[in-house]
Amino acid sequence: MAKQYETVIGLEVHVELATKTKIFCGCSTAFGGAPNTHTCPVCTGMPGSLPVLNKQVVNYAVAVGLATNCTITQYCKFDRKNYFYPDNPQNYQISQLYLPICRNGHVDIETAAGKKSVGIHEIHMEEDAGKLIHDEWEDCSLVDYNRSGVPLIEIVSEPDMRSAEEVIAYLEKLRMIIQYLGASDCKLNEGSMRADVNLSVREVGAEEFGTRTEMKNLNSFRAITHAIEGERERQIDLLEAGQQVVQETRRWDDAKEYSYAMRSKEDAQDYRYFPDPDLVPVYISDEWLAQIRESQPEFREEKMERYKKEFDIPEYDIGIITDSKHMADLFEETVAICNQPKKVSNWLMGETLRLLKEKSMDPEDIIFSPENLAKLIHLVDSKAVNSTVAKEVFEVMFAENIDPEKYVEEKGLNTVNDEGALRKTIEEVIQANPQSVEDYRNGKEKAIGFLVGQTMKAMKGKADPASVNRILKELL
Amino acid sequence: MANVISDETIEYVGILAKLELSDEEKEQAKKDMGSMLDYIDKLAELDTTGIEPMSHVFPVQNVFREDVVTNGDESEKTLKNAPGGKDNMFMVPKTFE
Repeated sequence: MAKQYETVIGLEVHVELATKTKIFCGCSTAFGGAPNTHTCPVCTGMPGSLPVLNKQVVNYAVAVGLATNCTITQYCKFDRKNYFYPDNPQNYQISQLYLPICRNGHVDIETAAGKKSVGIHEIHMEEDAGKLIHDEWEDCSLVDYNRSGVPLIEIVSEPDMRSAEEVIAYLEKLRMIIQYLGASDCKLNEGSMRADVNLSVREVGAEEFGTRTEMKNLNSFRAITHAIEGERERQIDLLEAGQQVVQETRRWDDAKEYSYAMRSKEDAQDYRYFPDPDLVPVYISDEWLAQIRESQPEFREEKMERYKKEFDIPEYDIGIITDSKHMADLFEETVAICNQPKKVSNWLMGETLRLLKEKSMDPEDIIFSPENLAKLIHLVDSKAVNSTVAKEVFEVMFAENIDPEKYVEEKGLNTVNDEGALRKTIEEVIQANPQSVEDYRNGKEKAIGFLVGQTMKAMKGKADPASVNRILKELL
Repeated sequence: MANVISDETIEYVGILAKLELSDEEKEQAKKDMGSMLDYIDKLAELDTTGIEPMSHVFPVQNVFREDVVTNGDESEKTLKNAPGGKDNMFMVPKTFE
């Protein structure tokens, strides 16, 4: 009988924190600036420059640690990890080896295989590196240090996962927690969340772990799933052929959907860590810790429970709305203005999801304000616009966050409530369409639909369909 | 000198530090490193039972900045430090991962 193998997976997840400035200097962390416009002597590693720790980085790191059931290292410090690479101008990265800020945590996940707890070995604070661009023309590399010094936390899990499904569930859980904390937007495709996968296989029932490899450059859940499946197969094939797995770092090529060895253990780096003498230790007092604990937000599970009690909307909708902190905030803030949870939920579940999907956007990318959504709901309620016009207005609001009241006014989209004018138009429509009128009178109920359509067309869509129906039936 | 640094060690340390040492420099470095380790051995003779490992020489902790942008675009100054440049970026020898 063929041997049965088990996959053992641990993750190193890097998350870019949502601070306004870098971890050790007052340079902006804004994404997308022209190259090197967010740089200074500190983040370009100039001799004599001194790093000063951004307090908000500690706040975020502790908040994530508390939310993932970690023990907070109240006395922690920074170490230097030494290596040479052009994206690292100091020739060392400031990180934490000996006293990481959080340890021994866990998060609970649920998959088809059931519920389980994934251990978190540690979370440490560190700085990001610059960005290297390869210039084919000059046959050289170009470096942009805007990202150098952007604060990161690295979340190191225990090797507790056994499948791609569990890995995705774990990542989604982390993302949810961190987004709810507002500590990061956690976008895999933009690199604000990056996952390195450590994977080994062993025969089912074996006590010892197999030799593991580390995979880098996984920018989507799809890439992670494919990389895990591919690597599991590759390692099993090696073992079945009587060969050994080599401990190495492999890079995933998303276009070709395979991984290749970057560097093997033989020339693995010796980082020669030592305490950073430029940075003084961080002491997180009980009071500070309590302060962070008290300001933890309501997390998704609690929010879902509360919605079930407070709002009369389906559980499925609650799941979708709370799946994104931004969407949940938008929902709550709009309901606070207009007090119509069902209608707000309908706009989010219907048109919003449709447009997000159509434009391949994340809920975090929604730009329209709760005020404007509430105004649109009011326009429909007061019959100032009909539902077709409302959808058109919504689409513009979704794209540009326009004020729907002003927009409707400016474009003259208001429903014509002048009964006289409407009646006159309908009379004309009846005159012009004797066949449909005849059909309707002969019992073809559907024929009225055509007449409503003709009326709406004549009114340029600006009529209340209910009124059109009423008057039509009256006149027929 | 109790500690003797081998040729392999000095070679390895040289690679890590990206230093190319001449034979004389290697010999000198071996001697220096040996005596540094001797000094550490001397320190290790001290009884440090019950003493917390020291993480910093100054009795200072919690030096922070608030999360406020204080630096503007100084790319011109930054790039003056570059050995070469193109498109507002540092130009370096071709580097692959």
